[in-house]
Amino acid sequence: MTMAECKPRGPRSGCACESEEAVVKKREEFEDGALVVKKREGEGGGGEEEEQEEDVSAAAVDGVVDVERLLQELVDLTRSLLAEEVLDQQFTQLQQLQDESNPEFVLEVVSLFFEDSERLLEELTEFLAQDPIDYVAVDAHVHQLKGSSSSIGAQKVKTVCIKFRKCCEEEDREGCQKCLEQVKQEFSLVKNKLEHMFELEQKILAAGGSLPYPEEEEY
Amino acid sequence: MNYSSYLSSTWMRPITDFDIPEAHVLAVDDSIVDRKLIEGLLKTSLYKVTAVDSALKALEFLGVRDGCSTSLRPNAFQVNLIITDYCMPGMTGYDLLKAIKDSTALREIPVVVMSSENSPNRIESCLKEGAEEFLIKPVKISDVKRLRSYIRPPTKAPCSGSGETLGPSPICSKRKVGSLEGLQVKSNPESQPCLNGVIVA
Repeated sequence: MTMAECKPRGPRSGCACESEEAVVKKREEFEDGALVVKKREGEGGGGEEEEQEEDVSAAAVDGVVDVERLLQELVDLTRSLLAEEVLDQQFTQLQQLQDESNPEFVLEVVSLFFEDSERLLEELTEFLAQDPIDYVAVDAHVHQLKGSSSSIGAQKVKTVCIKFRKCCEEEDREGCQKCLEQVKQEFSLVKNKLEHMFELEQKILAAGGSLPYPEEEEY
Repeated sequence: MNYSSYLSSTWMRPITDFDIPEAHVLAVDDSIVDRKLIEGLLKTSLYKVTAVDSALKALEFLGVRDGCSTSLRPNAFQVNLIITDYCMPGMTGYDLLKAIKDSTALREIPVVVMSSENSPNRIESCLKEGAEEFLIKPVKISDVKRLRSYIRPPTKAPCSGSGETLGPSPICSKRKVGSLEGLQVKSNPESQPCLNGVIVA
């Protein structure tokens, strides 16, 4: 196999060449700090590193596979979140809106959702600690949370909000308390997962890869 | 005259992004997440977006203050579409729609209403009041693609002198813009309150 130029590009980035020569050439080609750092860490080796550094040491041997592996992890994570209904198709809509003119769109919308939701959850906690409970105000907050979670595709959060609103309607104090706990859990879950997703994306981009969205439109 | 030249001579010609590369959309929503989403959705269609968080701010942007105005701001003539949430504290999207359609100066601006509630009453009343469309939230890319057909062509401000306009302007240069009718907050037609008056900080 000739040492054809291979650069990671496109949605499923990663080079098809498997020869060591090609990999060495690639390492030499990249002056990117991230890859250089990875190489050094890889040479250090050692048994007690975290999983991340184990990946890195593997990457030192084959920098190309690292991007492939990260991309696969990202695709698997997204797929599982959709399958478990933590996220729904509205989230993929957001990904479709991210492009060169809007390169951090998903992160920006989701960050607003995190901030807004945290504020709403704090206020809900205060409201439910009161006696008597102002169910109109509680419902108004849950309505907002339901709306924003729906807009970013946080399906489980939205589902609990629907239940929560019903408890408000029935002025069911205990029901409301349970729903608040549940919605906090679901919010926490989706937040962790999305933060992990963003971390993976950063690593992919730092390693010279590209994200698997937006998909090209079919004309 | 054949059909295509008839179309091109009127403002009812097919609208593409090339015709209105800078179509200006005024988006109204009290949710910061939804405002961001709408901006993202509209910008991919090359629209210029102004997003405000209340119906009152929308009216202020259009040049209406304290329920009436004697002259519109230039903004009003540049807004090609208004897209508003239905459920907002204080003045609802329905109230805003009504205010716009009741106004001789603003009524030509197409208005699209969005809501998370799929209520036939709500939808019917908005369409009756003159909304072009009622979108169920969450708003998607396919919804925004349909909005293109509602965008009105750019119009010239009144008494602006010579210059080609693209068609019959809603505001004829031969008459002055009179004062807007007093704008009132009308109660929405549904029996269930729409979180009206509940201001969430």
